[in-house]
Amino acid sequence: MKLFDRLLHHDDLQAQFWRTDFPILKTRVQGKPLVYLDNAATTQKPLAVIEAESEYYGNYNANVHRGVHALSARATEAYEDARAKVQRFVNAASSDEIVFVRGTTEAINLVAQSYGRSRLQAGDEIILSQMEHHSNIVPWQMLCQQTGARLRIIPVNDQGELQLGIYEALLNERTRLVAVTHVSNALGTINPVKSIVELAHRRGVPVLLDGAQAIAHVPVDVQALDCDFYAFSAHKLYGPTGVGVLYGKMALLEAMPAYQGGGDMIRSVSFEETTYNTVPYKFEAGTPNIAGVIGLGVAVDYVGSIGFEALVSHEQALLSYATPLLADVPGLRIIGNAREKTGILSFVLEGVHPHDIGTILDGEGVAIRAGHHCTMPLMERFGVAATARASFALYNTRLEADALVAAVYKVREVFKP
Amino acid sequence: MTDLRELYQETILDHYRQPRNTGRLDDANRTAEGYNPLCGDKVTLYLKVEEGVIRDARFEGSGCAIATASASLMTESIKGKREDEALRLLEKIHGMVTGGGQTGDVGKLAVLAGVHEFPQRVKCATLAWHTMKAALENVGEPVTTE
Ligand SMILES: Cc1ncc(COP(=O)(O)O)c(C=O)c1O
Repeated sequence: MKLFDRLLHHDDLQAQFWRTDFPILKTRVQGKPLVYLDNAATTQKPLAVIEAESEYYGNYNANVHRGVHALSARATEAYEDARAKVQRFVNAASSDEIVFVRGTTEAINLVAQSYGRSRLQAGDEIILSQMEHHSNIVPWQMLCQQTGARLRIIPVNDQGELQLGIYEALLNERTRLVAVTHVSNALGTINPVKSIVELAHRRGVPVLLDGAQAIAHVPVDVQALDCDFYAFSAHKLYGPTGVGVLYGKMALLEAMPAYQGGGDMIRSVSFEETTYNTVPYKFEAGTPNIAGVIGLGVAVDYVGSIGFEALVSHEQALLSYATPLLADVPGLRIIGNAREKTGILSFVLEGVHPHDIGTILDGEGVAIRAGHHCTMPLMERFGVAATARASFALYNTRLEADALVAAVYKVREVFKP
Repeated sequence: MTDLRELYQETILDHYRQPRNTGRLDDANRTAEGYNPLCGDKVTLYLKVEEGVIRDARFEGSGCAIATASASLMTESIKGKREDEALRLLEKIHGMVTGGGQTGDVGKLAVLAGVHEFPQRVKCATLAWHTMKAALENVGEPVTTE
């Protein structure tokens, strides 16, 4: 056991090494070392990403696609380089299938308003799941109000897994789109998205995958998944806020109407007629988040340099280490026990509201999220108003998992009857 | 940890575990619902007001320790008070938890003062109080803390 423990902890050395890439991890909170376990909300940024943004602003700030001058050329090259990096990262067939947007939320809204609004009509159906983030629910509800389409919902079982049998039964001749999350932000469940896509495609139904929680924690290959759309945010992938990606299959993107109008998305404009630019520029109206896109490119390089094999094995080992320790706390119930999970531990503690857990943990320097995690229908499914959620990233260690568990015992002490 | 002890005082924990004046008030003539979207805390407040005096007060809801204890303590302290006195008490509590934490003349409610060190929890402490104001003003819409 001793030797086994030591071998396991060897893995922490690796994470300790990665930690040095993230300046913020040296921060102290309430006089204690920061234990940052709110990675599902947003991840911290490595120095390389922070420097890439400041290097752009400090040395070659210029607008993209608009100038003949040297700085604009350099900015445009960096911006388009990032597109190529993202293409390779998710293995898209072409870099033109990578559309830069503000984040997952905007990517989903884009598909709902451009693809959905032009194709759906009254009586059509959109299939979502019970574990969706509000940003993969509300845009579809808005579309339903506009078109008269309606939502059908794949239920979740007690472990926190999608009930695929019911999904199959929901697919019918009225189904126009399936939009489900790759990984649940509230439970950590990794959904069998390849099968979900396959089943939809048998009926000719396209599938959008919400990759916000998957992109930094499982390798994503959009061609292998064969999904039609894939959405994610840079800020959950060690990149900047305010930038994200919509991947779409070229044929679909080409057939879709523009989303917003403005500069860059046009080829020529007269007051009589405007001809639109080609994909992806058709969907990138206005000056984009240039620094953010460049930072995203560097974040992708960073994750690539670590590699998913090392990253996944570290996060999985951490999850396996922390789960039983946490489950052992008297009165604690973990919500979300799927067989396939990322490093997310959502829990409730008997007699203590998650919000109070969050405050007491914060007093110990342990940052977690307490709340409904923008998944109110899912909370209702599990009969709770909120949970406390710890979520791991590549730089978290067993020592930090220990700190989490110790802090949860402290919560019990404060609230002991 | 000392700040935490200030926040989670024995009285707070006691009112959280055994909230007073809970449940519907069948002869209430003023009610309001309060909601804190951040943490999902909900409170429904029932008041019986006669000739400008709060004769009875009860609440229903689910929330964190701070929100629940605050609602429980509030119902105890506003019973028998005139409407304007209850509203003045709200101002004092609000000042106490958002300001310097001076307890002034709020009596037992001084146990809520620890909240002032926890800005993220102010909304929990004041939810029931804002709901009381809405009930007295008989605002139909649920109040939220946003
Ligand atoms: C599963 C899931 N979908 C969508 C989102 C929305 O992402 P963003 O707020 O970056 O647009 C999030 C992030 O909170 C998420 O976890």
